[in-house]
Amino acid sequence: MAARTKVSIRINGTAYSHEVEPRLLLVHYLRDVVGLTGTHIGCETSICGACTIMLNGAAVKSCTVLTVQADGGEVLTIEGLAQGEELHPIQEGFWECHGLQCGYCTPGMILSTYQLLLRDSKPSEDEIRHAIDGNLCRCTGYQHIVDAVQYAAKKLRQKAVGNRILDPI
Amino acid sequence: MPVSKLVGAKVRRREDPRLIRGLAHYVDDISLPGILHVAILRSPYAHARIKGIQTEAALQVPRVVAVFTGSDIGDRVGAVPVASQNPTLRVPKRAVLASDKVCFVGEAVAAVVAEDRYAATDALDRIRVDYEPLPVVSDPEKALGRESPVIHSEWPDNVAFRWTLKQGNLSKVFKDADKVVKQRLVHQRLAPIALEPRGVVARYFPGEGELTLWSSTQIPHLLKTQLSLMLKLPENYVRVIAPEVGGGFGSKLNVYAEEALLGYLAMKLNRPVKWIEGRRENIQATIHGRGQVGEVEVAAERDGTILGLQYRVIADIGAYHQLLTPGIPPLTGLMLSGAYKIPAISIEVTGVFTNKMSTDAYRGAGRPEATYVVERMMDRVARELGMDPVKIRRKNFPKPKEFPFKTATGLVYDSGNYQLALDKALKLVGYEKWKRQQKRLRSQGRYLGIGLSTYVEICAMGPSAAMPAGGWEYGAVRVEPTGKVTILTGVSPHGQGQETSFAQIVADELGVEIDDITVIHGDTAVVASGIGTFGSRATAVGGTAVLQAAQRVKEKAREIAAHLFEADLEDLVFADGKFSVKGVPKKGITLEQIALEAHMARKLPKKMEPGLSATAVFEPSNFTFPFGAHICVVEVDPKSGAVEIKKYVAVDDCGKVINPLLVDGQIQGGIAQGLGQALYEEVIYDENGQLLTGSLMDYALPRAKDVPRFELARTETPTPVNPLGAKGVGEAGTIGSTPAIVNAVVDALSPFGVTHIDMPLRPEKIWRLCQAKEAASAGGRR
Ligand code: FES
Ligand code: FES
Repeated sequence: MAARTKVSIRINGTAYSHEVEPRLLLVHYLRDVVGLTGTHIGCETSICGACTIMLNGAAVKSCTVLTVQADGGEVLTIEGLAQGEELHPIQEGFWECHGLQCGYCTPGMILSTYQLLLRDSKPSEDEIRHAIDGNLCRCTGYQHIVDAVQYAAKKLRQKAVGNRILDPI
Repeated sequence: MPVSKLVGAKVRRREDPRLIRGLAHYVDDISLPGILHVAILRSPYAHARIKGIQTEAALQVPRVVAVFTGSDIGDRVGAVPVASQNPTLRVPKRAVLASDKVCFVGEAVAAVVAEDRYAATDALDRIRVDYEPLPVVSDPEKALGRESPVIHSEWPDNVAFRWTLKQGNLSKVFKDADKVVKQRLVHQRLAPIALEPRGVVARYFPGEGELTLWSSTQIPHLLKTQLSLMLKLPENYVRVIAPEVGGGFGSKLNVYAEEALLGYLAMKLNRPVKWIEGRRENIQATIHGRGQVGEVEVAAERDGTILGLQYRVIADIGAYHQLLTPGIPPLTGLMLSGAYKIPAISIEVTGVFTNKMSTDAYRGAGRPEATYVVERMMDRVARELGMDPVKIRRKNFPKPKEFPFKTATGLVYDSGNYQLALDKALKLVGYEKWKRQQKRLRSQGRYLGIGLSTYVEICAMGPSAAMPAGGWEYGAVRVEPTGKVTILTGVSPHGQGQETSFAQIVADELGVEIDDITVIHGDTAVVASGIGTFGSRATAVGGTAVLQAAQRVKEKAREIAAHLFEADLEDLVFADGKFSVKGVPKKGITLEQIALEAHMARKLPKKMEPGLSATAVFEPSNFTFPFGAHICVVEVDPKSGAVEIKKYVAVDDCGKVINPLLVDGQIQGGIAQGLGQALYEEVIYDENGQLLTGSLMDYALPRAKDVPRFELARTETPTPVNPLGAKGVGEAGTIGSTPAIVNAVVDALSPFGVTHIDMPLRPEKIWRLCQAKEAASAGGRR
């Protein structure tokens, strides 16, 4: 077995520290080591977006990031979005607008939406479709997902407080 | 207190909270103490003899526990089963691990079991397989040629089966017809690509003798039966659980080698094992869909009346059959009348072995092929006769009063009003306006196309007599002592939302709050029996079983209430979730109170069994036939070959709607998949049987930007086949959309003399056609 490296990563506000193989993918670290299985794997080749998370404030495909690259970083996964029982407005949007069927793409879609709404609080339909173009959904045909993003954007605009409107933690 | 009527209402899904919070459990999210990971070595050759396999080096890799080859397993695991019957069927033996030879790229030859995924994958590289390559045939038409290599030497050629259906006086109608139009059509191979690949976890308890298998499957109960046969374990010691399943589209309506292999490994090693399919494996070794090459001929009168249709088709089977492989092309045959009165129809299917993965049921399963044949030909014939495509369709529809309508292929369409759906779609899209626009733009060198598809499909599979493994479905309703209601269903939803829609049905029937209801599915130890989710059957068949079980519960509750009130049964009324005696509505008794009495069992009518639950098995008398009209408007740029969808309208009739949100979702997702077939998707093998589209880089799925906003509307023609009146909606969008889009593109290119283009309509293909035409007519188009 290869030498192990120590990593310390804050995930959803909690500090984690483990010894990992340098080649361990971040998505496997999150799922298999930390036990946060909400982040999914649909291709392992950066195409489907099911593994999308936020790393240091940017959406990344965690199947293409090594765990050691995230050392010292801050990660937000789907499990970190809701505050207790209160859903994040993006989650609410997906629920209200039937933005998911099998749900497998959903965590990645929601995190890509999170990134979009950080940058743009009032995206057009075109901009939404552009923003989620790196996330495949085989079930929905995307229409209800677009509706969900619009719902969330509106809700967030109503709730906006300063510029920390999206911070779930 | 309850309860507004929920059936027909937009109820948001009860399964969503766990999914949107990342708390659901798909197979890979299941972890058991001491679990081992399995990786599978697959053949890089499409056809080769295996002369030897060396596994020693793989066993040296740290944390590797064992390596298995086909000869290690021998006949301890039975062959991969095929359920569809056909007297001409040839069934080559498909072992869970190949031992003598491999017949397609991706066929499994060895399995590594290790303490973690990475070690298992490392060890795959250390296995040495000595292959002797054999001649390959990957093209199904060539596979029928005299010169072709024969894949299975038990038989003299590559014919897998034949199937024919002939009705009506074909030779006469073709002789007498004013017009005969012929066309060769290719239905390319598609990969279903459920976003969650397949996966299996297996655990064996030797003391109890019990095997539990978690699999990403659409058919836990059928899988349980087949596993017990393959593993030679008594069926009552096998439990299959379909946990959260990340999409199926038919690809998980199967019994796969890996499912039995994992069961075997768990028993052999006495440790739990897990295998999670990678995406490359998924495209190599999970079933494909479509894969037909056909010649169609249609005979018509000058006024557009269709007299007859003949279809000769080669179905590309792949190297082996999977569960329903030979059953798919006959569905094409049965649906060749489409939404029209066609008095004479014939189909001749030749199933052909090729050195490729098997084809089987992919969303629509044989019906998209039929609809594509019929709808493409309606346009071809209309063009030849100089008729509007709308007019020729109207001319040949059966009228609403002609239902139930018997087709030449022997089906009885339950109910329909095809004109109504078409009229609604024409109005919604603004047909005449687009026609004028088309004309105007053409004079400016811009090419608009308007494409139509008026489809009918067969679903709610189905009467048992027409099914390979039973067409009924099981449902149970149990009122717990506290009044909470548990629904058990034999269907196995994986995104369709029946945890919500079935609860809606029962909430209405029993007058309880939907939040007091839970729906359990997908566990053979908990749900007594079942068939599963496919063929748009879950609501129409499974929902009816649940409804009937709820009605039985209600009847029993009524008897208990009557007994408690010392009243006659007929004098009891049920309203707002309460039974009361006629005229004294104030003194009511709730289902909750009755449930408690039923379980305490002290004041029950004589001879009544305690408890408050009921089961039902619903066997439908016929299939159902949803229908609709899809209209697509495209603009094609002949300079780039790009297709832009400018408008898409779909009017679908799936009978009675239980939850409009879910129905819209099914239609939208279905259209996107049909659009994928029309424009982008194709599984390509080269002549050496190498898979050229083995990743999502090469196999192009529609992305958010490729898909327009669909405008949906409905007509609602209930089916008489079940008491819900629901027909089913899982496949309609896929079936209706593909021909509408292709018809639109062909229409756009008609000034270039184009009458047909085979799918997928990639820009390059369109560009070449336009270039060829321009070169040929240098000096003036049209
Ligand atoms: S799993 Fe990371 S992009 Fe598909
Ligand atoms: S909801 Fe199934 S892949 Fe998006």
